[in-house]
Amino acid sequence: MALALQTFATVKDANVALKAAGTRYLGGGTLVVRAANEGNISVSGLVRSTDPALSAITVTGGKVRIGASVTMAAIARHPDLGTLARAARAVGGPAIRNMATVGGNLFAPAPYGDFAVALLALGATVSTDDGETPIETFLAKRDGSRAIVTSVGFTLPKVGDFRFLKVSRVKPKGISVLSIAAMLEQAGDGTVSSARIALGCMADRPMRAKAAEKALLGRRLDQDGIAPVLAAAGEGTAPITDPIASAWYRAEVLPVHLRRLLLS
Amino acid sequence: MAKVPVQFTLNGSEKAEFIESGTTLLNALRDKIGDTSPKGGCHQGTCGACSVIIDGELRLSCLTLAETCNGAAISTTSGLSEGGVLHPLQRAFLDTFATQCGFCTPGMIMAARVLLDHTPNPSREEVVEALSGNICRCTGYEPIIQAVLLAARSNSQNAA
Repeated sequence: MALALQTFATVKDANVALKAAGTRYLGGGTLVVRAANEGNISVSGLVRSTDPALSAITVTGGKVRIGASVTMAAIARHPDLGTLARAARAVGGPAIRNMATVGGNLFAPAPYGDFAVALLALGATVSTDDGETPIETFLAKRDGSRAIVTSVGFTLPKVGDFRFLKVSRVKPKGISVLSIAAMLEQAGDGTVSSARIALGCMADRPMRAKAAEKALLGRRLDQDGIAPVLAAAGEGTAPITDPIASAWYRAEVLPVHLRRLLLS
Repeated sequence: MAKVPVQFTLNGSEKAEFIESGTTLLNALRDKIGDTSPKGGCHQGTCGACSVIIDGELRLSCLTLAETCNGAAISTTSGLSEGGVLHPLQRAFLDTFATQCGFCTPGMIMAARVLLDHTPNPSREEVVEALSGNICRCTGYEPIIQAVLLAARSNSQNAA
């Protein structure tokens, strides 16, 4: 089914056009064109903006800002974003990574959206013309979001503080059974002083493992130290069931993979 | 629905058409321009059969709108052979029996071409990674991997 595409030079003008009923924003096409191809008749028109700011990556003083149209491939090859390359490369195969955008990933339903899991662990903020929103708040309200996402921002993690793991059945690339991202800071004595753990596929969208985070504070990253963390890993989760895995399976293997991530 | 103009280079030749707004590049290539080498498999971005190269990057033509390609340089498998002589990748796919039903082959070859353009002597792991977005239901992949490695060796020998 063909859809009318409107292209605007500015996000402001695109935001106005997006107010029309049935319109969706076109990023890389991996979500909305797919929906149209599947016969989703709720999509009657597409809007996009060619504003160059949407495709920019800036890294200044340890602060990162990634435009919403930046692709996973661009992040994976950026010299200053090496710590995030693993998460960016976890998305799809090479062609998908050349198309899938940061902005789109924020809206990808489970089992997709692995990069949004990484952004959640990083405590990113999501920017629109209306201002900045913490990513956790944005994800919770994303179904009703109409303002075009312009960028995401976060503090660049130190090497070793950020960890990411994606589990899939098909190698080397497959759809997620689950994904886990963790931002961990350790005190001088090796105990964890700060923890943000994000999970993919353990709900309909990326979520924080807050019970596990709390259990990790003051603990060492060894077998004994993480035992209570693994016990709390599934608290508050509502895993999806899909052709990749059942909710039961995802719940069973979550502690196994969280253990591997924390001890890696 | 009003038609919109699209203009791009396809395998080195200028193409200009009027299409319905929102037409995918896959449909524009196959139905308007007559290049049927990209295949419509899943139309979901999963199988890779529609893979083409746009401005040097591998992309899925089933998820790309044609009007976003204005001014672009697009390559498909139909543009690989020159003067009736097969491209080394096409020759290697034949020589290693890397094609059975052939439906996935144009997408596989496009993915392999991008790899060899950037990495002339890839490792086996790099070949597997490069083909990871392309699905084949016939060959079991091993002959395809061997075809890409063979084409890389043959390119190296020709360059020496």
